[in-house]
Amino acid sequence: MPVMPAAIRTTQLTRTFRSRTGEVEAVRGVDLTVERGEILGFLGPNGAGKTTTLRMLTTLLPPTGGTASVAGCDLTDDPRAVRRRIGHVAQAGGVDPQVTVREELATQARLYGASKPESAVRAEKLARQFALTDLLDRKCAALSGGQRRRLDIAMGLTHQPEILFLDEPTTGLDPGSRADLWDLVRRLRSELDMTVVLTTHYLDEADALADRLVIVDQGRIVAEGTARQLKERHGGSPDATLQDAFIAITGHGPAQHDSTAALSI
Amino acid sequence: MTQLLTDTGVIFGRYLRMTLRSRFALLFGLLQPMLFLVFFGPLLQDIPLNGGGDSWQTLVPGLMVQLGLFTSTFAGFTVIMEKQYGVIERMRVTPVSRLALLLGRLLRDIVQLLTQSVLLVLVAVAFGLRAPLLGVLIGFAFVGVLALALAALSYALAMWVGTPQEFAPVVNSVNLPATLLSGVLLPMTLAPGWLDAISHFVPFRYLVDAVRRAFVGDYLAPEVALGAGVAVLLAVVSLTVGTRVFQRAGA
Repeated sequence: MPVMPAAIRTTQLTRTFRSRTGEVEAVRGVDLTVERGEILGFLGPNGAGKTTTLRMLTTLLPPTGGTASVAGCDLTDDPRAVRRRIGHVAQAGGVDPQVTVREELATQARLYGASKPESAVRAEKLARQFALTDLLDRKCAALSGGQRRRLDIAMGLTHQPEILFLDEPTTGLDPGSRADLWDLVRRLRSELDMTVVLTTHYLDEADALADRLVIVDQGRIVAEGTARQLKERHGGSPDATLQDAFIAITGHGPAQHDSTAALSI
Repeated sequence: MTQLLTDTGVIFGRYLRMTLRSRFALLFGLLQPMLFLVFFGPLLQDIPLNGGGDSWQTLVPGLMVQLGLFTSTFAGFTVIMEKQYGVIERMRVTPVSRLALLLGRLLRDIVQLLTQSVLLVLVAVAFGLRAPLLGVLIGFAFVGVLALALAALSYALAMWVGTPQEFAPVVNSVNLPATLLSGVLLPMTLAPGWLDAISHFVPFRYLVDAVRRAFVGDYLAPEVALGAGVAVLLAVVSLTVGTRVFQRAGA
């Protein structure tokens, strides 16, 4: 069997922002390898550099240092080739509330180079797969939270990408929609061999869904491994919760305050 | 190149359909110049404006430029909304040509402004405007180039700032003085020397003067050539700025 190159490989990936108060190092030398067909959970406290890393890997933000190859293409030399091979579902989603579901799906297919008739067929097909058929001619504003999320993800899959990036995909969803989404992500991998990189704040989600976790803090990778490995190594025992391990790694526990003082409202 | 054209067509189609869905907004944009036409135009009928033609031939070209100034400078507002919905980033993750994202929108803006201008001229004809067809067509050409230039700048500004609160004041602080100083309602030749002098620094003035000459059939007047030169220069500068902003990754 030929050895497949990794889906993502970064070397010392760095992003520095210039602000009025000086330079801010959002991402400081990240070395990351994601294998093909892997579901990778990307965790870290707010401001740790998760979103900045994701924005670099999805060509939205040029790195200020380091190199990366995504889906076999160099991020800096050939961003367009990377774009053809990846899907990205941002936290904000990315559909216009005033536009119909059909129009968004079809236009998205056209942005990936599909012809007009082809894009109409793809819109129908995606709608069937994501249980959106009855909603095709509704405006996006009329969808529920769960339906919106399914549409967002369908938009990211119009061109059958090799790698799908999901930025906090279940934030704001009810438990039922969340379970549906987990199921969907697992099927993307098992049925389509897709590589999935997702960021999340929900540790139970990371625990249940991801094959491997990468924890970033202050722009650096501070731990990586399976959920079990992290619990053993950092939480003290395999029975520890991922939350224990996470807090031990990042040192960001509940805010330190005088817990003996009575709350007064 | 073919990709640029196809992509531009796709983006143009998307935004044109959005405009067609909100035809009310199209008419609403016409409200201000129509009000000037109907409630202000008749006041000028017997006043000598030394414009070479009658008062309608002086006022309507001004109103066409005013329509462009007010409509096209706000074109970027949609980009600000789309940024908040995540639409801009979603499109930028696709392999679509970055330039097409700008050109497709600009094409829609030109079509929209030309449609509005045609309606404005038709109503003006009902009120008594008489002008040679060629002159009116030249007027539309100027309006189209103006729409291109102003909308490109507006999109560039919208990509650069983050919120409507930052965007609107900048646009308003340009719009009103530019309108007043370009002699939209009355020709600047009526102005005292100092005001006339200032207005020469406002590029739109040359466009208004050019369209006025065209409306009286004086196509070879130096004002027409000067106006065309200024319009093209404005468009080149604006498109350069717009293209830079849209092609910069991460914008």
